[in-house]
Amino acid sequence: MPKALDAIAALKGKWVGVTDRASLDEAAVNVPASNLVEVLKHLRDEHGFDMLVDIAGVDWSLAATPRFTVVYHLLSTTSHEYVRVATNCADDAAPEVPSASGLWHGANWHEREAFDMFGIRFSGHPDLRRILMWDGYPHFPLRKDFPLSGVDTDLPDKEVVAETKTNAIAAPMAGGPFVASPGEINLTDAEPTAKDESWNERRPKPGA
Amino acid sequence: MPVEHIFPDSASRDTQGEFETEKMSLSMGPSHPSTHGVLRLQMELDGEIVTKADPVVGYLHRGDEKIAENMTYNQFVPYTDRLDYLAPLANNMAYSIAVEKLAKLEVPPRCQAIRVITAEMARISAHLMGLGAFGIDVGAWTVFLYSFTEREKLYKLFEELTGARFTTSYARIGGVARDIPAGWTDRVDAFCDQFLPMLEEILSLLTRNKIFTDRTFGIGVISKEDAISYGLTGPNLRASGVALDLRKDKPYSGYEQYDFDVAVGTQGDAYDRYLVRGEEMRQSVRIIKQAIAKLPGGKWYAEDAKRIFAPPKDKILTSMEELIQNFMLVTEGPQMPAGEVYFEAENPKGALGFYVVSKGGGVPWRLKIRAPSFCNLSILPKVCVGAMVSDVVSILGSLDFVMGECDR
Repeated sequence: MPKALDAIAALKGKWVGVTDRASLDEAAVNVPASNLVEVLKHLRDEHGFDMLVDIAGVDWSLAATPRFTVVYHLLSTTSHEYVRVATNCADDAAPEVPSASGLWHGANWHEREAFDMFGIRFSGHPDLRRILMWDGYPHFPLRKDFPLSGVDTDLPDKEVVAETKTNAIAAPMAGGPFVASPGEINLTDAEPTAKDESWNERRPKPGA
Repeated sequence: MPVEHIFPDSASRDTQGEFETEKMSLSMGPSHPSTHGVLRLQMELDGEIVTKADPVVGYLHRGDEKIAENMTYNQFVPYTDRLDYLAPLANNMAYSIAVEKLAKLEVPPRCQAIRVITAEMARISAHLMGLGAFGIDVGAWTVFLYSFTEREKLYKLFEELTGARFTTSYARIGGVARDIPAGWTDRVDAFCDQFLPMLEEILSLLTRNKIFTDRTFGIGVISKEDAISYGLTGPNLRASGVALDLRKDKPYSGYEQYDFDVAVGTQGDAYDRYLVRGEEMRQSVRIIKQAIAKLPGGKWYAEDAKRIFAPPKDKILTSMEELIQNFMLVTEGPQMPAGEVYFEAENPKGALGFYVVSKGGGVPWRLKIRAPSFCNLSILPKVCVGAMVSDVVSILGSLDFVMGECDR
């Protein structure tokens, strides 16, 4: 019998809140947030799932309750099996689960990413900052209510722009310069051109 | 005539005295030759010693996971090229296997073998790039020139196979874009034959090079426990003595048929990471040669998967049923069952994982990319502390990361 199924049977015997999770591949369980850290520790110490390979946040849609789930994938470096542990966030408005960074150092960055992208807070995390977006960015981009084309946002450091006098345009706003948004911008004009714009194919070179 | 020494009694000079020191902060990157892309390291220095290092990532964040939720499974294939852009063929393969796992689709043996050949070629080219750049970081320019010459030969073969050198987009859900051209395997075989002695020559420039060994022996030592705890994968994990290779331990795409060894380090320092990459290239050549020798015939795509893989072009233009099939695939995307899967492939940088959540239909609900470079970089705050500034360059080179993958 695979060790992952053994482990899950043991988990279900130990904690009443642990239930099977529908899965197409690996062994998977749902764990209440209150038991999460104990369960992960048990899997690591008793069943040999010693490597945390991934933490993924999932937004199940604005209408769903619970809206956010955090999914952990553990790998055993000895039996080479995966196990998937999922925890629903009880509060849809302020999702929060306990941090696993006390068990694996690697959880630190994965949890920062989930916080950055979904706004899921990890209680007990030593340093819960944004990681891919900049500090002070006001949105959570992977939430389903965040549009693909982005939201107009101030640049991270206005002082730098003022001081260096760079003509910086906030990056991916309104779909970026190459995404057609009728009426807004002329795509031909938005394409990168040589600095000297006094002439091109349509405007003949002066004096030619 | 006696020369005048500026310290008359320099022998008795007090070199151990107490000096007032001040911590200095140094921002390395995001544009720095040794950060291999746009990594920024915010360091705190005590003299030449690093006392704190905080990697700042995200400069190359493009929102790949958000993009994936807004397009069909097939449309996302080109985006996987841009993850680890030094081994796009391996990324294509990892992504398509993940989605095939969701569809419970088994591709024909020929397709599997083609994918293995291309992925191992991608591994060689990625490691050549890694070694060359590592060499430059520690002052050995020549290696870079040699390894780029070899890499160029591989890129010519990639171009012949896929039509592109870098952004190959070769794999499809349920197959590969096209069959291998006539005579291509012979040219790959010929490349392997001339590459092996060349590889030994390239490695011999570094392996016993005094400057190289001085800059890598005992530098950036990662213990077995730390490597596992930080979720390191690939050559960085194996250099620390953990013999975890998904090609061996969780075989996919028919890797179980091939005979190869897993290179494992003993000390986990930068030198071990270099050695492991060198050995992996030799093993990749072994795998490629075996795969070519017993390349199965048959189709290079899953013919029966009518709702997943597009029919051949000549059929689309002549037969009504195939035309409809192609139309549905392009407009609706390959049809997937609801559910969730996780798949990791052993890529050149480590385990590239895809966690796919589907609610059915042709578009993923959530696609989480587990980027090996992201996890490998998370150990920097630990491994840089206590090192000299110039050692940090060596550590970065030995970790061999790609920011396109780390930032996604």
